[in-house]
Amino acid sequence: MGQLGTYALLLGLALAGYGAVAAAFGARTARPALVDSARRSAFGLFATVAVVNGAMLVALLRNDFALRYVAENSSRQTPAFFRVLSLWAADDGSLLLWNLILAGYIAAVALRFRRDRPGTFPYALSVLFVVQAFYLILVNGPARPFATLPNPPADGTGPAPLLQNHPLMAVHPPFLYLGFIGFTVPFAFGIAALLAGHGTDAWVSIIRRWTLVVWCFLTIGLLLGALWSYSVLGWGGYWAWDPVENVALLPWLLSTAFLHSVMLQERRGMARLWNIGLVIGAFSLTTFGTFLTRGSVLSSVHAFTQTAVGPAYLAFLAVVMLVGFGLLVWRLPALRGPARLDSAISREAMFVGNNMLLLAATAIILVGTVFPLVVEAVSGEQITVGGPYFKGAVTPVFLLLLLLAGTAPLLPWRAANRARALGRLRVPVVAAALVMVATALAGVRQVTAVAGFGLATLVLVANGQEIVHGLAVGRRGGRGGVVRTLLRGRRRYAGFVVHIGLAMVAAGITASSSLGRQVDVTLKTGQSTVFAGHILRYEGLRTDEQPQRIVLSARVKVDNVGGGDAGMLDPRMNLYPAASTPIGSPSIRRGAIWDLYASLTSLQEDGDSATFRFYRNPGVNWLWFGGFVMALGGVAAAWPVRRRRDDQPPPAAARTRAAVEVGAV
Amino acid sequence: MRNILRRRTVLLGSVVAVVTAIVVLLSTGLGRDPSSTASPLIGRAAPDFTLPRLDGPALTLSTLRGQVVVINFWASWCTECHTEQAALAQTWKKFRDSGVVVVGVNFQDTTRDARDYVRTAGVSYPVVEDTNSRTALAYGLRGVPETFIVDQAGRIVDRIIGPVDATRLSDTISSLLAAGPR
Repeated sequence: MGQLGTYALLLGLALAGYGAVAAAFGARTARPALVDSARRSAFGLFATVAVVNGAMLVALLRNDFALRYVAENSSRQTPAFFRVLSLWAADDGSLLLWNLILAGYIAAVALRFRRDRPGTFPYALSVLFVVQAFYLILVNGPARPFATLPNPPADGTGPAPLLQNHPLMAVHPPFLYLGFIGFTVPFAFGIAALLAGHGTDAWVSIIRRWTLVVWCFLTIGLLLGALWSYSVLGWGGYWAWDPVENVALLPWLLSTAFLHSVMLQERRGMARLWNIGLVIGAFSLTTFGTFLTRGSVLSSVHAFTQTAVGPAYLAFLAVVMLVGFGLLVWRLPALRGPARLDSAISREAMFVGNNMLLLAATAIILVGTVFPLVVEAVSGEQITVGGPYFKGAVTPVFLLLLLLAGTAPLLPWRAANRARALGRLRVPVVAAALVMVATALAGVRQVTAVAGFGLATLVLVANGQEIVHGLAVGRRGGRGGVVRTLLRGRRRYAGFVVHIGLAMVAAGITASSSLGRQVDVTLKTGQSTVFAGHILRYEGLRTDEQPQRIVLSARVKVDNVGGGDAGMLDPRMNLYPAASTPIGSPSIRRGAIWDLYASLTSLQEDGDSATFRFYRNPGVNWLWFGGFVMALGGVAAAWPVRRRRDDQPPPAAARTRAAVEVGAV
Repeated sequence: MRNILRRRTVLLGSVVAVVTAIVVLLSTGLGRDPSSTASPLIGRAAPDFTLPRLDGPALTLSTLRGQVVVINFWASWCTECHTEQAALAQTWKKFRDSGVVVVGVNFQDTTRDARDYVRTAGVSYPVVEDTNSRTALAYGLRGVPETFIVDQAGRIVDRIIGPVDATRLSDTISSLLAAGPR
């Protein structure tokens, strides 16, 4: 298996190299056959990398401990399910998955453009192959996933205990990778457009569509990461402003900015330079994130610990930024946009504001993440930037973004008729004001919390009102009118759905971060405590010996204060042979309004006494649900229903109709 | 037009400058050697221990005073420990007659697995069992393998996190031997 993997990796590198050269050379010398052979080699590359991943999977499942990676990340006791996950439980293996996903994207691009090819296609393909070649060089050189051990051990170490503790580990990394790696495609088409020097805007709808897909994956990946943190780590929260979380959020923010500003270009021919800058920026940030995570620069829960690949990532980052922004500057004369804003109260102005805010958030988080590194480089001191900085600096920006998401969709393009715009805003503003008064009366004293709930309401009602309005208009159109309306305004309605999801997420974050409560309590067997309207009684410790670990569960009976059984909680500690400290697992009673969350922090007197931390976390489920709604909206916007119309500039009549439709809003 | 071109050159230059600055900054993060971590223990007396040997009587660190001691924390379940075994064996073979002792401290393991490993890997230096991990705590162990070098006066002079490198080990020991007992 090791040999198969090693040779397949070499073959993959050769294919990527061939594809990169053939596509670019074929386009330069106008030989379509050559370009097509490059296109077809994408499928060969995908198959080859799939074989590599298969080889590693087989080695993991067959306990082939002669392979160093298997010996370090799997063991005989590891259940088969987690052996499969071991493929991405450590640096070298996850690079294989990384390569597979990238090859998958290239194959998808090759499939999508099998017939109608934009002029930028060969160059984009070439750029994609170059990026893939870089990651294949990594696994052929500095990182060697198929390295063997001179004297193989009888049994392996098993995966890191934290990573074999929860099935979410099966989906969080792949989705995050799909999101992260996917930015290569918009980047490739952006670079291709700059290389080809096309003055037209044809590339922009291609980039927009792929960015939407990637954005959906990244949204889900971030969400699953937060869910994993909440369900596994037992600290009661879901976002810790950990450097690796931050670098995953940065491209999400930039791509969100792009998805808004791209409409300026599609509709008004504005912001060309800006948009392509955002695309290059987003890919640079993913590369930077990869370097930070895998180059062993920062220490974090996520950090891999390998030094050999660090310089390679850094060099790659330098090339990406130099080529990307260098080309951008080179093509400046061709990228100048003609248009300017007609009015400060218009959709365009709102998009500009949205972009400024998202960029500000990106900058704040980037600075906070890199700051410790800067300080250490300059003064040699080690510092950490904690949650309070991020929370304090980012909260006002996010609140302003909510304000825009709740008002901008109601404003027309170009210039607004003030009276009419204000009229549409009346219901959402009144609803928001009512919610703010109600939360203040209910005893919430934090200004940001009151504002957060109010603005979330504004977003929810404003966007909901638009959907309801659209449906009402559609119903008047007779049979199938509703469906027709929804399909015709698919992108608009999808946008509203994303905003409604955002409102739920905002409400969830506001609630959980400002209204949560927690208590630390030590209970002897049979003793009970009252917390958040519940009586919690410790009923003793249960020990469960499983092949790969020992599980200690503290059983806590939950009763309502007013009487009535409310079930059990069983926070656990897991003892893994390879871990010196026990790994805790929280127990959560999830509810529509709030969760009751229990962590076992320590045990005394052989389990006769246990120390718990109980949390009352409001709104956490709104966050998961809202995030899901956002991704759903993204999928609806990206779904390829009317491929022809989207890829070509709409005929004049359609354009007018669309303008009227939006203008009427 | 000339103006645009000149501006373009300036901008290109600034792109290059900014990227260079970023790369230089980030590369300082790479310069750190994570295997040699500053430890408050370096320069201090090595915490003493008396631990049972895997096969034989207990061993007390302070009885080895006057010799250079290489304390290697390991476990049978640890792959990096397998990797560094050759380097340790080589060091032991090279220096065992010149006043150097290698001591393996078995960490979080079962006696049977530890014995199996010692037999199959052909470990010939003394190995003790840190049964309740108290010694590991005293040394502030971050994980296994981890190795401490103790000079003739019983002071810790180096701490290596992760597998040891035969050359580095040999250099440190040679310089200690050359300096002689102080």
